Amino acid sequence: MNLHGIRAIYLFEMARMKRTVMQSVLSPVISTCLYFVVFGSAIGSRMGDINSISYGAYIIPGLVMLTLLMQSISNAAFGIYMPRFSGTIYEVLSAPVSYLEVVVGYVGAAATKSTILGLIILITARFFVDYAILHPLWMLSFLVLTSVTFSLFGFIIGIWADGFEKLQIVPMMIVTPLVFLGGTFYSIDMLPEVWQTISLFNPVVYLISGFRWAFYGVSDVHVGISVAMTLVFLAICVGIVSWIFRTGYRLRT
Amino acid sequence: MQPDISVKHLNKVYAGGFQALKDINLEIHPGEIFALLGPNGAGKTTLISIICGIVNKTSGEVRAGGYDIVKDYRKARSLIGLVPQELSTDAFETVWDAVSFSRGLFGKAPDPGHIERVLKALSLWDKRNNRIMSLSGGMKRRVMIAKALSHEPRILFLDEPTAGVDVELRRDMWEMVRKLRESGVTIILTTHYIEEAEEMADRIGVIRQGEIILVEDKTRLMTKLGKKELRLQLQQRLDRIPGELTLEPVELANDGWELIFTFDSQQEQAGVARLLRTLGDLGIEYRDLQTRESSLEEIFVGLVHE
Repeated sequence: MNLHGIRAIYLFEMARMKRTVMQSVLSPVISTCLYFVVFGSAIGSRMGDINSISYGAYIIPGLVMLTLLMQSISNAAFGIYMPRFSGTIYEVLSAPVSYLEVVVGYVGAAATKSTILGLIILITARFFVDYAILHPLWMLSFLVLTSVTFSLFGFIIGIWADGFEKLQIVPMMIVTPLVFLGGTFYSIDMLPEVWQTISLFNPVVYLISGFRWAFYGVSDVHVGISVAMTLVFLAICVGIVSWIFRTGYRLRT
Repeated sequence: MQPDISVKHLNKVYAGGFQALKDINLEIHPGEIFALLGPNGAGKTTLISIICGIVNKTSGEVRAGGYDIVKDYRKARSLIGLVPQELSTDAFETVWDAVSFSRGLFGKAPDPGHIERVLKALSLWDKRNNRIMSLSGGMKRRVMIAKALSHEPRILFLDEPTAGVDVELRRDMWEMVRKLRESGVTIILTTHYIEEAEEMADRIGVIRQGEIILVEDKTRLMTKLGKKELRLQLQQRLDRIPGELTLEPVELANDGWELIFTFDSQQEQAGVARLLRTLGDLGIEYRDLQTRESSLEEIFVGLVHE
């Protein structure tokens, strides 16, 4: 195994985070803080509890998940798209690194960045809202699993995209609506029955539900189903990535 | 001796159906400088890209250092350094970080001493903390060479290494290439500057429309296909070539004041002596004479336009 190769890619990507700390860390933290201020403190104080949890505290897992998904996708997509765009991908393709090592380097760095960001947002949330974490290990596991899964998804987008516009399309046009409709700001029990059924087709529902369970022990769907659905999505992403490397799709002609 | 690069029956057909390489067979020996010449679109970059693992081959076998580039890709690729034609560099990283990254990517443990030597050899040491985006085109080209040398490759591919660089830098690069060869590195270069191949290469390969049409030792090639020209400035103007000379490859130039005799490099002695003797017999006097050898460029142009 080319451990030096993995390390090189990983550190190179992490260095990008350091260089762009405003964009990579501060910007999403500030955005999420605004959600806490508006929905948690201002509007939340006028809303009733959900499952005996204050509204401000209830939305924390969903807001962390929103940032986590967007940043995982964005970090990994840019990580692999930029060398393709600048042409420096030739170096990765001509190096003695396996497909797995390339993915571990890029996706590992993207997942690390978003996990760190998720934790920063959790700490920041404490300044606005009181909350407890009932199952901290599960919370951390969900955080890492989701980061890895969606970083893989971002990696796929970064390979598929042939322009900067496409890099933005999936996160903005698909992921954001799915997160907003996936129970970030409400419990899906609050929806009419037909919309509850439709919501179950939204994979983000399972992520937010499982993550919220780790905080408060309450969930829209059973935590086992949440874990299973996340693993299924992870398996699909792994399958697509291995197909990409096997065929050289958009990488090798 | 086992060749450093061995290519057998290599074919490449792109998805659109364009056949870029046709049954390429080529061997490159350890420690030589091999220049691959060919017009634009001849297949030079495709060939290099396949050997380096950037482009998939359609059929055939390629080995680097005896290792199959597909089955033993790790061993094969770790031997190879590549400086691509395009100036594809990172923008925001420093020179030091970019070169160190390349070393790690190729599976080598960090060695600041080696990176320092490479940067100094390429006159990049003073720029080591500069972001690559702030460097000139020539400096970026040096960074690309430094990246290719960062993992101490045994085989170095230079795809148009001096394209767009100034004369001074070109000379520096030639010097560097010679030093690398002296240290045992096998060098394969493609170039549009025939002068570059003439100056540096041990062997020349010519590729045309995806086919290798010639592989030859440079000196032998110049002797075999090269022409020499003897120009005589005449004392008196000639209206036409005298009958005694019509069987010789001569022509009149400069409005009859110059006689040009063209001959194969290999036959020079006999032909020149015979011509001068005949001129003496005819009483044709000349005030000056020069000989000129055809350049590799002229040989190359002749080959690719055949």
